[in-house]
Amino acid sequence: MSQSGGEMPQTALTRIDLLLVASMVEHGARVLDVGCGDGELLRLLSNTRNVDARGVEISQKGVNDCVTKGLSVVQGDADVDLADYPDDGFDYVILSQTLQATRNPRKVLEQMMRIGKRAIVSFPNFGHWRIRWQLAVRGRMPITENLSYAWYETPNIHLCTIKDFVNLVDVVDARILRAVAMNSSGAQIRVNAPWWAWNLFGEQGVFLLERQKKS
Amino acid sequence: MTDPSPDTHSSLAEAAQPHSQVAVFDGSQPLAMTAGVSLSPFTIAYQTYGELNADKSNAILLCHALTGDQHVANSHPLTGKPGWWSALVGPGRPFDTQKFFIICSNVLGGCMGTTGPASIDPTTGRPYGLTLPMVTIADMVRAQAMLIDRLGIDTLFCVAGGSMGGMQVLQWAALYPERVFSAMPIATAARHSSQNIAFHEVGRQAVMADPDWRGGRYAEQGVRPAKGLAVARMAAHITYLSDEALQRKFGRKLQDRAEPTFSFDADFQIENYLRYQGSTFVDRFDANSYLYVTRACDYFDLAGDYGGSLARAFSGAKTRFCVVSFTSDWLYTTAESRAIVHALNAGGAPVSFVEIETDKGHDAFLLEEPDFIATTRGFLRGAARARGLSEKGGA
Repeated sequence: MSQSGGEMPQTALTRIDLLLVASMVEHGARVLDVGCGDGELLRLLSNTRNVDARGVEISQKGVNDCVTKGLSVVQGDADVDLADYPDDGFDYVILSQTLQATRNPRKVLEQMMRIGKRAIVSFPNFGHWRIRWQLAVRGRMPITENLSYAWYETPNIHLCTIKDFVNLVDVVDARILRAVAMNSSGAQIRVNAPWWAWNLFGEQGVFLLERQKKS
Repeated sequence: MTDPSPDTHSSLAEAAQPHSQVAVFDGSQPLAMTAGVSLSPFTIAYQTYGELNADKSNAILLCHALTGDQHVANSHPLTGKPGWWSALVGPGRPFDTQKFFIICSNVLGGCMGTTGPASIDPTTGRPYGLTLPMVTIADMVRAQAMLIDRLGIDTLFCVAGGSMGGMQVLQWAALYPERVFSAMPIATAARHSSQNIAFHEVGRQAVMADPDWRGGRYAEQGVRPAKGLAVARMAAHITYLSDEALQRKFGRKLQDRAEPTFSFDADFQIENYLRYQGSTFVDRFDANSYLYVTRACDYFDLAGDYGGSLARAFSGAKTRFCVVSFTSDWLYTTAESRAIVHALNAGGAPVSFVEIETDKGHDAFLLEEPDFIATTRGFLRGAARARGLSEKGGA
């Protein structure tokens, strides 16, 4: 079982991440949460923003938890099953803490931009100074509160830095409408701070994306 | 209880006088059939459980599978066995009879009291046999809709069923989307595959090859094609189970003997089991009905009815769906369920999909599968909340 929002340990930071993602969604929108785990974000969205909430989740336990909550969730794999969704079916497609667990992040993001008018992606920043420090000084693959797996059993097979992600946004022909980086206590890093500062001090990145207008 | 002696063929007795409620539709209410003819008069035999609430918003229609019947949660009038979905229907069960009004009717073409080939054709005074027009899944559903009208129910809270029952669920959602608040198509497909048709054809040929079938006129001649029907059932039964489950349950174990007899006796337990399945089946099911209901499945192709697009069958559907498949079901595979889910997604319908892990094969939908039961309970609870049923405290 690789992609699942439920794979991330539920720390205070991931909770703040959910609230931040939710705040980017307009009321009454049609939303698809890819890797929706036990449906916490979907429930938050339906309760507070009255959205038409749908989910995709790979684990049967996650799907069952969601269905029990009355959510519409399909058992599926982000790498495979997004292809079956029609163009422009949703206002927002959300990938919360799941990008790093996909086999092909580029394809997944391309599919998201096709299915949704907008996409919201949140992910752990592998460029954070603490991670760099562990690799540089200890010479070992980093293990942190948010990335708590040993390298040989981690589901997180495609980790990236905030800068890497900004580059991917370009590659898939999308543009950034809003970006937020949070430090380990969940506080947002100053908006006018340069990318290098975000990349060094942001523990999480949250991006609101839109398709590049065809010129 | 009817006399179970083989000569009276008890299933034919149920066809004429079922241990069920019946709704008779006379000449003023003919059934327009897919075959282009109208059927009149006709009868639907059905069972109900629980009570319809004041605003008639808690009715659930359960659709039975190929050789199932309306006796979903009571002991069977011919076999005395518990109803076929006792695992899911009853007080405190997911289809809670204390909360919901549950309806299950015998399908058109069946042999448990609804008009089928064993019923008497009023124009001839003889059983219809093969003169009954070919029945489709859509015909079954239109007849059910007339029963629901008769019961004074406008919108069904849920329509649910597995296998051929699941086909009826899909057909309901396509024909009457505004009358179906939620739907559970389980272990089913939106069309019969070539392999599905092939297995059914083997069964039909087994029936027709029995000299006692008599071109379908066996009842009038005081015989019945029991051997042919038993073989049909034996073949079909294999398709309902998985290789793994058969291996676990029977393996190569011998039946009441230490050594093989080197004869064509039922040396192996699996042989004995299949022979038993075949012989008990013929005591409760009519051979011509078997021909009709298998054919109805074969002709089922929902996308075909909507210009080749399954998505069009469900376009703009507001019905909440929960599609369920089972990992070891090779008769109606997960891929078939996913095709339904894709179409529903394309049509924008609210859909959930769960694949239940089990080694019990197609029949898993009839069994106590904890994950399946939890899914069903959760889906109905969510739908009941959306329907405003929980606040009213049920029945």
